[in-house]
Amino acid sequence: MPDFVNAGVLIANFLVLPGLTYGCQLALGALGVTLVYGILRYSNFAHGETMSFGAMVSILAMWLLQAWGVSLGPLPTVLLALPFGMLATIVFCLLTDRWVYRHYRRHKAPTVTLLIASVGVMFLMNGIIRFIIGPGDRSISDGARFIFNAREFRRATGLAEGLALKTSQVITVLTAVATVAALFWFLNRTRTGKSMRAYSDNEDLALLSGINPERVVMITWILTAVLATIAGTLYGLDKSYKPFTYLQLLLPIFAAAIVGGLGNPLGAIAGGFVIAFSEIGITFAYRKFLAYLLPESWEPEGLVQLLSTDYKFAVSFVILVLVLLTRPTGIFRGKTL
Amino acid sequence: MSGAGRKTLLFGIMALLLVLVGVLQSWSLALAILNLCLISAIMALGVNIQWGYAGLFNVGVMGFAALGGLACVLLSTPPVAAAWAAGGGRIMIAAAIVLVTIVVTVMLFRRLPRGPADAAAALVILAGYFAARAFFDPAVDAIESVNPAKTGYLGGLGLPIILSWFVGGALAAGAAWIVGKISLGLRADYLAIATLGISEIIVAILKNEDWLTRGVKNVTGLPRPVPHEVDLQQTAWFQELAQSLAIETVDLSSILVKLCYAGLFTAVLLAVWWLSETALRSPWGRMMRAVRDNETAAEAMGKDVKSRHLQVFVLGSAVIGMAGAMLTTLDGQFTPASYQPLRFTFLIWVMVIVGGSGNNAGAVLGGFLIWFFWIEAEPIGLWLMDALTAGLAEDSALRLHLLESAAHMRLITMGLILLLVLRFSPRGLIPEEKR
Repeated sequence: MPDFVNAGVLIANFLVLPGLTYGCQLALGALGVTLVYGILRYSNFAHGETMSFGAMVSILAMWLLQAWGVSLGPLPTVLLALPFGMLATIVFCLLTDRWVYRHYRRHKAPTVTLLIASVGVMFLMNGIIRFIIGPGDRSISDGARFIFNAREFRRATGLAEGLALKTSQVITVLTAVATVAALFWFLNRTRTGKSMRAYSDNEDLALLSGINPERVVMITWILTAVLATIAGTLYGLDKSYKPFTYLQLLLPIFAAAIVGGLGNPLGAIAGGFVIAFSEIGITFAYRKFLAYLLPESWEPEGLVQLLSTDYKFAVSFVILVLVLLTRPTGIFRGKTL
Repeated sequence: MSGAGRKTLLFGIMALLLVLVGVLQSWSLALAILNLCLISAIMALGVNIQWGYAGLFNVGVMGFAALGGLACVLLSTPPVAAAWAAGGGRIMIAAAIVLVTIVVTVMLFRRLPRGPADAAAALVILAGYFAARAFFDPAVDAIESVNPAKTGYLGGLGLPIILSWFVGGALAAGAAWIVGKISLGLRADYLAIATLGISEIIVAILKNEDWLTRGVKNVTGLPRPVPHEVDLQQTAWFQELAQSLAIETVDLSSILVKLCYAGLFTAVLLAVWWLSETALRSPWGRMMRAVRDNETAAEAMGKDVKSRHLQVFVLGSAVIGMAGAMLTTLDGQFTPASYQPLRFTFLIWVMVIVGGSGNNAGAVLGGFLIWFFWIEAEPIGLWLMDALTAGLAEDSALRLHLLESAAHMRLITMGLILLLVLRFSPRGLIPEEKR
């Protein structure tokens, strides 16, 4: 007899929860990329490193706090250190803008030049990060690891299949929701946010109405730095902090931003979840799931995995290509070509 | 200073730097750097063809270079007969199914209107996928269980490894054609992101498809186009030569082998350089520059911008693939895990920008100079850190951390060099000539 409950719990544990968490991380990352694209009009290849930088400073501050004996009890201490990470990343972003990007903006350089400059910034940041914290792998989650683990769930419900809810998953989703709500409130309700949207929409018209472009750019970098720090730290909290993984995150983040429509914040969020769920859904082994649903004699032999997990890049790439071929402006009409 | 004088001076300085390494460190090291400089220069030429001639931003250099490495394995290693017997046929059937699926899908889109074509194509692709997997999975298991410690893969054709340089170019050109077909003609950023993606995928395939490449178990002991040091040391004429030159046979053999490689690489570099310089001077080159500088005007003159871009993208990628095959030949082994984007993609970009985009001499100089500093940044950084922290105690934590992290100085240096050149000398050390 098909066992729908256990199959559902299995999917929730291995597909829905990780997908939701990963989707939040990608969405926050893609929001940063899309903001820079919307205002400064280039794809920022240094964004992965910006995330890594923010996470790194947060970790350094966390160590300091831990040395002082400060802790948040069951919550990870790194949350308390986030403001330090944000502040340092804001300073870093504003400095790179002042020293690198502003020059090209003033000279109206082609966007590809800005893109190459961002590659230079990426190199530089990557070196600085490895220089300061080293290339090693660090686990940064302290406090309680689970809200409830698989064994407790099984005992409480009497089901065969377990469901574990990690603290980092709940924190990721809650933080992401709060951040996105604050961002949208800012963009839609405040005067500064409206001036940013106006600038992104039509630069000349915005200049004519007296919007100060340098101020818009500054606010953009501040928002980007805050988003990147949160995204980077959440990713580090969920998996572990390892400098080079952030370079690899660049592809799914760009894919998320493009799939949603570059320059469109709503699109970035949708894109993040599309990429996350397809990545996990396609690399998930469905054998046990089918075993619950199908009669015993039909039970599949292999793992019933469409693609091995090593090919998760391929998923973001294929989705990207499909969108480029059928709807080049993304799901939510971003900037047109 | 005039263009020619500047060029001579800069190349002179480069030669001097290499000689200095020879005198101060060792000649064997100087030649090792030189060989990689030559390969880097060819890769930089490939990127320059795409970026300098046509303004195409390719961040997938790593993938195309890795395909070149794959060509070395597929061509030069001896075939593993047992593995072919175990699963070769089924792999071929799976490949044929994939091919048929693609052909049928394309036909469907050509023949049917949009809506039915989508549905039919989805069905065909699903059916093709499961059919191919049915043959592919057991074949892979069978192949990988054939003596996994030593082979566990299909092996190659056992042909001379030099041929793989051309095959590597062809493989890279094929991949470039597919990527270009999809993303050229869209906004410039899309090509960048698409190439970034395809290069990650290529490397992921090479790492995980053990039946094809042994994956992270690496293929070592590839055949060489030049004699082995050990064989040289045992021949009579070589021992006499070493005696008459008063050099240890071991040292001389290593120098001679590296010189042989240097000769081969120089020949390829000169050929590629000459070809791309001739192309640049020809009407084709003028057309490419016209397309690069003003697409709209070129299109108005009846030039097919998209297919010109595709052409130049494929050509540049072929050169990169060739250089990738040469690199694997020099290493004598294929190690998929060693392909890192910072080293294989972004470093090549620093070379092109620093040397001077749109200028072949510039790209070659950039390749030499940047590779040289990439290698020497570590000893220089270590020396610098040692000098800076000389005042601190021997075992101070800060000093130890700084010395340990000196290796990461090279990334910081490369980033700084790229940013400084882009800002203050955007046309590079040897700017593009006005024609």
